[in-house]
Amino acid sequence: MAKEKMTGAQALVRCLEAEGVDYIFGIPGGAILPVYDALFDSKKLKHVLVRHEQVGAHAAEGYAHATGKVGVCFGTSGPGATNLVTGIADAYMDSVPMVAITGNVSSALIGTDAFQEADITGITMPITKHNWLVTDVRDLPRIVKEAFYVARTGRPGPVLVDIPKDVQNAELEFEYPEMVHIPGYLPPLKGPPRFEDAATLVRNASRPVVYLGGGVRTSNAHAEVAAFCELLGAPVVTTVHGKGAFPETHPLCLGMFGMHGGRYANYTVQHSDLIIALGARFDDRVTGKLSTFAPEAKVVHLDIDPAEISKLVTATVPLVGDLKTMLPGLTDAVRRAFEGHGRPDLGPWKKRVMEWREKHPLRYRQEGQKHILPQTVVELLWKKTQGKAIVTTGVGEHQMFAAQYWKTSFPRQFITSGGLGTMGFCLPAAMGAQLGKPNDLVIGIDGDGSFQMTLQDLATVVELKLPIKIFILNNLFLGMVRQWQELFYDNRFSETPLADCPDFVKLADAYGCLGLRARTLEELDGVVDRALAHKDGPVIVDVRVRRQEKVFPMVPAGAPLNDMIDGE
Amino acid sequence: MEKTEEKLNGSTHTISLLVENKPGVLHRIAGLFSRRGYNIASLTVGPTEHPEYSRMTIVVRLSSKPVEQVVRQVQKLIPVVEVRELRPEDLIERELMLVKIRTPEKNHAELRALADTYEAQIVDVSPDALVVEATGPAGKLDALEERLQHYGIQELVRSGRIALERGFKTLAPPNLKE
Repeated sequence: MAKEKMTGAQALVRCLEAEGVDYIFGIPGGAILPVYDALFDSKKLKHVLVRHEQVGAHAAEGYAHATGKVGVCFGTSGPGATNLVTGIADAYMDSVPMVAITGNVSSALIGTDAFQEADITGITMPITKHNWLVTDVRDLPRIVKEAFYVARTGRPGPVLVDIPKDVQNAELEFEYPEMVHIPGYLPPLKGPPRFEDAATLVRNASRPVVYLGGGVRTSNAHAEVAAFCELLGAPVVTTVHGKGAFPETHPLCLGMFGMHGGRYANYTVQHSDLIIALGARFDDRVTGKLSTFAPEAKVVHLDIDPAEISKLVTATVPLVGDLKTMLPGLTDAVRRAFEGHGRPDLGPWKKRVMEWREKHPLRYRQEGQKHILPQTVVELLWKKTQGKAIVTTGVGEHQMFAAQYWKTSFPRQFITSGGLGTMGFCLPAAMGAQLGKPNDLVIGIDGDGSFQMTLQDLATVVELKLPIKIFILNNLFLGMVRQWQELFYDNRFSETPLADCPDFVKLADAYGCLGLRARTLEELDGVVDRALAHKDGPVIVDVRVRRQEKVFPMVPAGAPLNDMIDGE
Repeated sequence: MEKTEEKLNGSTHTISLLVENKPGVLHRIAGLFSRRGYNIASLTVGPTEHPEYSRMTIVVRLSSKPVEQVVRQVQKLIPVVEVRELRPEDLIERELMLVKIRTPEKNHAELRALADTYEAQIVDVSPDALVVEATGPAGKLDALEERLQHYGIQELVRSGRIALERGFKTLAPPNLKE
């Protein structure tokens, strides 16, 4: 390829085009002006002007989560860069591939406390897979190439490239590298995978359970996981990011386990004698008190990140690698073990699991209740759409109601902030998901507190005419905190009532989109129909729900996983 | 001091790292240790036979976490090309120590004899003070330090450990291995 003379800013645009980027979420500012000037000439890159950089980062996450591609966001120096931090940290916790690009003050001013200067590479070191400060414009193409490569390979995650303004303006002979060479990245694994050892454990287990995490999504291993689970015929539980890794409508699937998982799912894990963990990391929200977690279980742990193996729960047989390429090897080994030695009889185990399921289902009681219950809204939405939608959520009670009652059948259809637990995630994630999947129905299930953290970007989704439907399960509280205050702080509702809530219908009107409200069950059905039928831009639905409704069952923080409270 | 804490809590491990010689690498590594709660007992960094790489020797003190976990986390850092725990039995480790002792001239001969015993040198002499330079494994320096305390240590500095494995085994990136 012939080399071409251009500026660093123009080279960046060319790099992004070469990476197949279509959407960029960002806001211009002084230190990134040359890049925005170069962007003005690009016919391939579409820039989404968000109203806050945090939204840009979350929208990039929503886009990446829904499509499997790398999300891209821009910010200027100083506050532009620091506003990205929450989104970057969120992507890091949830292994979302993202490239964040920031302008910085000119090289000569770096380190002088210049106007809008922030050491963003220093700030984001703990929350990125890697970051780069470009000091020489000739390094820029290589660094951008490496950035995309690092973001999407291995265990995906966010990276950041910080480009001083003078480097954006400096000239170079542009050539986009074809190969990446990073000597310390993804070292080869030592020794062959221990499929046979794992298969022996599976063959000898009488109470196995499969535990699926977000790694199934990042590896696109849905089909491989289905084949494995079908062969085993064992109960399957998931994390919140594992939702959709295996169809939740499948009889083997017990849905989410953990702090707000079903009793039957938690009992199954606690009583198991073998846990087969696929692309999951034994987070404290799923294990409960670690020392009492599944006391009789051996563990087969397959994960792409070697540092996750035996980090919290010791793996009896560790398997390190990409789920999609590794799991068929394990499936074959298990099949051979079954053929050679017969299948274990899982009948009694499955019968026990079924009994737990019948005795302790997820439940709520709408009958006789004059207020709308949040669970009712989630189930109604599911019924009316047959679950054929991408759901995004904020963080709080509404998120857990959505996780419990929205049965997800495919990966990349339940988009939530799991690890970091970032309120305000719903609207930006819905924006990114809808842009990435223009033909899919995108539904946001949000809370009133969560919605108010990023609502300024209604302006963006209105401008883009995105037909997203945001249902605010409005209880006029910071509900999850209120729940903990009721249960563990003697009903002392310190700073959790949000009674002076703005009128979301008028707010929607002010932003130029449809706003609807449902206060009663009678109103709800029609309002949901109207919202789902609305194709001309976003719709905000203020659903007034019972204020005191709590998420149950619940494992109190630090309690054993089977020590659940129901509130009944 | 490390030697006393070593007895008080946890176990110490020597980790050798080959890292890219680029700005900010020390920050990345030190930051990882601090945010994951791994205690650094000593850390040394210096150039290697290849100008694009530096070698670090980190002595880490762990109370509950296995050293494998530390190695795996460090390995994830992109500028870290290779990392390995060096086991005590395969390890050659050295440390450098400088000690300033304030003592009347009449004691100097006695101190010279003591230094000789430890293969240490007197590198600066003034009427009422001298500076001892010693190298060796940490244990030897600990012993010398204890003996010198008797004479009144004014100032002391230790370099932290550097270490290599015995034999042919090397810690080098694949493209640099023979």
